[in-house]
Amino acid sequence: MSDYVKFTEEMKKTHTILVPDMLPIHFRMLCKIFAAEGFKMELLQNDSRAVVDEGLKNVHNDACYPALLVIGQFMDALNSGKYDLDKTALLITQTGGGCRASNYIHLLRKALDRKYPQIPVVSLNFSGLEKDSAFRITAPIFIKLLHAVLYGDLLMTCYNKCRAYEINKGDSKKMLDKWENRLGNIFRKKDKKYLKTKKIYRDILNDFATIELSKEKKIKVGIVGEIYVKYSPLANNHLEDFLISEGCEPVVPSLLEFVMYCAAGTFNDADIYDNHNKMSLAYKLGYKIIYAKQKELIKVMKQQGSFEPLHDFEHLRKLADQYISQGVVMGEGWLIPAEMAALAKSGVENIICAQPFGCLPNHIVAKGMSRAIKQDNPNANIVAIDYDPGATRVNQENRIKLMLANARL
Amino acid sequence: MTNKLSLGIDVGSTTVKTVITDAEGNILYSKYQRHLSKVKETVTDQLKLIRADHPGETFNVCITGSAGLGLANSAGISFVQEVHAAFLAVKKSHPDADAVIELGGEDAKIIFLTGGVEQRMNGSCAGGTGAFIDQMATLLGITADELDELSLHAQKVYPIASRCGVFAKSDIQPLLNQGARREDIAASIFQAVVDQTVSGLAQGRSIEGKVLFLGGPLFFLKGLRKAFVSTLGLDSEHAVFPDEAPVFVAYGCSLYAATSADSFEINELIEKVASAKASDSIVTGEPLFRSQAEYDEFIDRHKKFDLGYADIRTYSGDAYLGIDAGSTTTKLVLITDDGRILYHHYSSNQGQPLDKISEQLRRIYAEMNPDIVIRGSAVTGYGEDLIKAGLSIDHGIVETVAHFKAAAYFCPDVDFIIDIGGQDIKCFKIKNKSIDSIMLNEACSSGCGSFIQTFAMALGYDIAEFSQLGLFAEHPVDLGSRCTVFMNSSVKQAQKDGATVEDISAGLSSSIIKNAIYKVIRAKSPDELGRNIVVQGGTFLNDAVLRSFEKEMGRDVIRPAISGLMGAFGCALYAKERVSGEKSSLISADELKNFNYTSRSANCGGCTAHCQLNIINFGKGRRFISGNRCEKGSGVAVKNKIPNLYEYKYDSIINTVKTGQPKKYRATVGLPLALSFYEQLPFWHTLFTSLGFRTIVSDESSRGMYYLGQHTIPSDTVCYPAKLTHGHIENLLDKGADFIFYPCMSYNIDEGGSDNHFNCPIVAYYPELLLANNPRLNAGNFLHPYMDLNIRKNVINVMTRSLAKYNVKGKIPEAVDKAYQAMERFRTETANKARDIIDQARAEKRNIIVLAGRPYHIDKEINHGIHKLITSLGMAVITEDSVAQLARTPKLGVLNQWTYHSRLYRAAQYVTTQPDMQLIQLVSFGCGIDAVTSDEVRSILESHGKLYTQLKIDEINNLGAARIRLRSLVAAMEQPRSDK
Repeated sequence: MSDYVKFTEEMKKTHTILVPDMLPIHFRMLCKIFAAEGFKMELLQNDSRAVVDEGLKNVHNDACYPALLVIGQFMDALNSGKYDLDKTALLITQTGGGCRASNYIHLLRKALDRKYPQIPVVSLNFSGLEKDSAFRITAPIFIKLLHAVLYGDLLMTCYNKCRAYEINKGDSKKMLDKWENRLGNIFRKKDKKYLKTKKIYRDILNDFATIELSKEKKIKVGIVGEIYVKYSPLANNHLEDFLISEGCEPVVPSLLEFVMYCAAGTFNDADIYDNHNKMSLAYKLGYKIIYAKQKELIKVMKQQGSFEPLHDFEHLRKLADQYISQGVVMGEGWLIPAEMAALAKSGVENIICAQPFGCLPNHIVAKGMSRAIKQDNPNANIVAIDYDPGATRVNQENRIKLMLANARL
Repeated sequence: MTNKLSLGIDVGSTTVKTVITDAEGNILYSKYQRHLSKVKETVTDQLKLIRADHPGETFNVCITGSAGLGLANSAGISFVQEVHAAFLAVKKSHPDADAVIELGGEDAKIIFLTGGVEQRMNGSCAGGTGAFIDQMATLLGITADELDELSLHAQKVYPIASRCGVFAKSDIQPLLNQGARREDIAASIFQAVVDQTVSGLAQGRSIEGKVLFLGGPLFFLKGLRKAFVSTLGLDSEHAVFPDEAPVFVAYGCSLYAATSADSFEINELIEKVASAKASDSIVTGEPLFRSQAEYDEFIDRHKKFDLGYADIRTYSGDAYLGIDAGSTTTKLVLITDDGRILYHHYSSNQGQPLDKISEQLRRIYAEMNPDIVIRGSAVTGYGEDLIKAGLSIDHGIVETVAHFKAAAYFCPDVDFIIDIGGQDIKCFKIKNKSIDSIMLNEACSSGCGSFIQTFAMALGYDIAEFSQLGLFAEHPVDLGSRCTVFMNSSVKQAQKDGATVEDISAGLSSSIIKNAIYKVIRAKSPDELGRNIVVQGGTFLNDAVLRSFEKEMGRDVIRPAISGLMGAFGCALYAKERVSGEKSSLISADELKNFNYTSRSANCGGCTAHCQLNIINFGKGRRFISGNRCEKGSGVAVKNKIPNLYEYKYDSIINTVKTGQPKKYRATVGLPLALSFYEQLPFWHTLFTSLGFRTIVSDESSRGMYYLGQHTIPSDTVCYPAKLTHGHIENLLDKGADFIFYPCMSYNIDEGGSDNHFNCPIVAYYPELLLANNPRLNAGNFLHPYMDLNIRKNVINVMTRSLAKYNVKGKIPEAVDKAYQAMERFRTETANKARDIIDQARAEKRNIIVLAGRPYHIDKEINHGIHKLITSLGMAVITEDSVAQLARTPKLGVLNQWTYHSRLYRAAQYVTTQPDMQLIQLVSFGCGIDAVTSDEVRSILESHGKLYTQLKIDEINNLGAARIRLRSLVAAMEQPRSDK
């Protein structure tokens, strides 16, 4: 069982790597970046009930919903007959850390073991796990991926805002498609134009700012939560679309915050536990670089002025300190209360915490912190919505509607 | 929006309500009607009634309610969320109300009006609703109204879990089987609903002032009202039960319509509703049968598996009686020497198994040819002990053995047996003619027979009729495979989307099967189950369920015609095999004439657990005591004490603080007896006392301790060990500690052999949650520093900072070293004790059980005395941590990164090397990490031919299921080794 198939150098040429549909905008870009490196990648789009059924069949049913969906989506894809099973690999993200999520890759391998033992799995991680794979995040790829996160966050922010207010339906989507294509091309070329961030940011912002928006006042709804359920429409039953159909503006914190949270976790732990080493120093350095990048993006957004800039990460850290220690690093850890507080303070008082049913860290960081955040922000209207193969959409939507009725009081 | 009249339509999970109000907001008309899942039709009918009174009238119209959302969307009518609608109605009709409690069919809601408006609703996993009450009434075999009537004559209230109907059942069932008064149970059910609402929903915010009670259940059930009023301490002025309660939400909806909704002429409205398109989002499966011919073939195939029959009035010779006193049903057969059936019976026990069975015996004695000699009798099931004692049955056997006997009669080569009854799913794998592994359904996977029944009733069908409907459904709905609560809402959604009753019926059958296969058995392919599968249990008499199973498995299976009676039949076969004397000890016809019993309850004084005993007196000094966890309460003298490491460890933890306290002390530090302290208490106690602090620990856990802190629990799906912590904190605050010390630790001790050594998120960070949710805690009286015990320097630094104001800086390094020694000593002593226990057990030729959980599983409120149950079966008990160091970590298919859990793998590995040991894994409900570990532990054990047994535990204190598993395990261990 531990002798799983490794992803070899030859497979780079022969195999198509399937990618789960976690963050549609970001992952589409990710596929393009790896394509430029010579990998064949395909973002999965299958989202029928069969995905959930395959998940239930192949994963312990008490495992968390994200594991069940990701693995279900893979199994459903492999069952579809669309792929040459001897030339297909799977990509899964791995964060490391004390949450169950670190085990997804193992659960996936267990699921594959019986039916598709020939299929290798590659791990997308920045913690040095799975060192024996030909799928490695080299420094140049890492830099590209980091930029993809930045551009993806910017696109997501602009897109969500515009789509809620657009007068001509479809304008925002067209703009998004255009920029996804353009960025794909930029990443493909060897001239490293993607490093010209300021210009590209400005172009994106200005371009989205041309979309004609209505002036009506809409309820802003922040979405925080477990990383997969928060972003993936497959997992959260198309939460952003639903909020827009309810006349709200969804505000989704950026992926970069999660990346920085992971990086900060390592050197925070070193401080907290008096355990400094080379790794923690490297992470601190890396963090500083990323933070400079974030500040640059925020600055350009402020200058351009059409869109609410991302949360400054150091500001988030300070906010977190009011509620919880930054030693809470399992799952989304202290980031969730920090984002909730940041949203509430920036006027996004209605907050949905999207989480898998029974998510262990979220007992503490989400439901456990709501009371304290509400105490400081009396207008904060926080609702935790559980996602699960058995939870029905009508139930979830009804609770969100109750939150919106509260918001309109 | 200038219309005079507005119309509110409330489409709930079970009813449709309509209200018309005038411009001043007065109710002109109202109607309340069950929709029996025909939502659109019922709404249309009600609108037609309105049209008769108001032909051509135009209304401002709005829809509300849990099942109304879809209708509103597809008909293009405004929608208002139901809690908000209730809020509007209250504002209008009772502006002085302070709070509102509304219980609906499947929702519970609270609105706080004064001191910050807040509207709350139960989460997706919550009981305490109308459906819960209906379910409980069904369990007792009565209507909700009868339940209400009973509750008014209660004398006492039992604690019943109400978080979820499934849990509550597990609390109620043993009470019923032990003969507790039904009146008391009825009142306890209502009290459970109240507790759930008050603590679960209000979560610390107190319900005070003038409280308005709304919703059907609170309107119709007097007992429920009474329970709410007395729990909240309200007088008649402050508890308001409005006459319009059943239609209150529709009323609010109508008020909302008056100001904010579109208007329609009544005919136009009817047209809109009637032509509303069902959404096409329903996922459907294949029909169960495509043709009558296919069905006929199926029926013929299953007819083959039947028994012969003989006439009880004419047969003469030997006979054997088998009784299956199940949790909700009573099954009984009398067979001849050659296995023909003389008499059989299957019925709901209506909570009174003893009465039911004695009544059947009377009938047998009355009808029986006097030449029949009943030579043996055996009983199985939840009521086994009671029935055996009451009716002098010869043998009591464990259910798995009974079912296996019966199945083997029909199919000697049986590989797999699956039994789905009213409340339970039991599956056994058979290897080499003995039971190899057992799978029972857990709290959260309980889609069983009674679920279909409750549903059939709710939709106005009887069960046989309802399941028959599904056979030829064209598009069975896919309802998922979760627990009943979730299935309820899936059904609701399907109804909303316009699924027919036929489709729902077929969908429910297939849900039950999917639940059994994927949740309970956890099979990945039919091959895992083997070639010869016997299905049984009352639920499989339902052809739709049977067919779903065959379709899902892709193969034909055997269903004996006596499917529902297999347990009883197995008992009769067993009685026949074991026959010894001329005649069974069974109560005689004469004795039965005067048979009578009384029951009373008492608390055992044997130890601090104070088990609640039920004492049933059969007269002539014969009595039956139940509810006891150990031998002490049963009135039987305690025999040779069987060694038990759980008790040893627990006692040594509890006694830790009794020694080493300084005479003069700087301050008193409170240490909660919870989670990681069950292992680290010696460390912290030593550290603090060495520094001149006095330590106190919270009192021992109990259900009462849980209730003490329940109002500060923000997440009701967290594990029970975590929930108990809230009570321990309250207790420590009450005891007057100067500060409570409870450190946060991402990492546990690195014991080697694992990829990492984390704590689970709950153990690691629970103090953060406690501080944020208990208003009595603050940075001054609650110290929760982060540290890593693996790094001495870190512990010293952190403690120095934490205790800065006590001026103990220089003494800390030495104290820390002593603390490490104390922890090591505790560990060594435990390991030594384990060795003694193993030696003693081997000398006495006892089997040894490694009861593997986490350190905090030694808490008897968490383990519910399972270790005592094991010793009462004659086996010695040791813990996972006491043997983990004796083995290396085996090769694993998962990331081995939690200290507590890595011990499980090593302990399992160790057990595989010891012929007289077996491992039982204790899993706390809600422990997501055990979703990873349990499959791995199972595979370690099974790959070496060991049995895997898992016991899932929660706040419910029902050892019934545990007992079955343990006894089955014993039965399997007793099989000769050569069979293995």
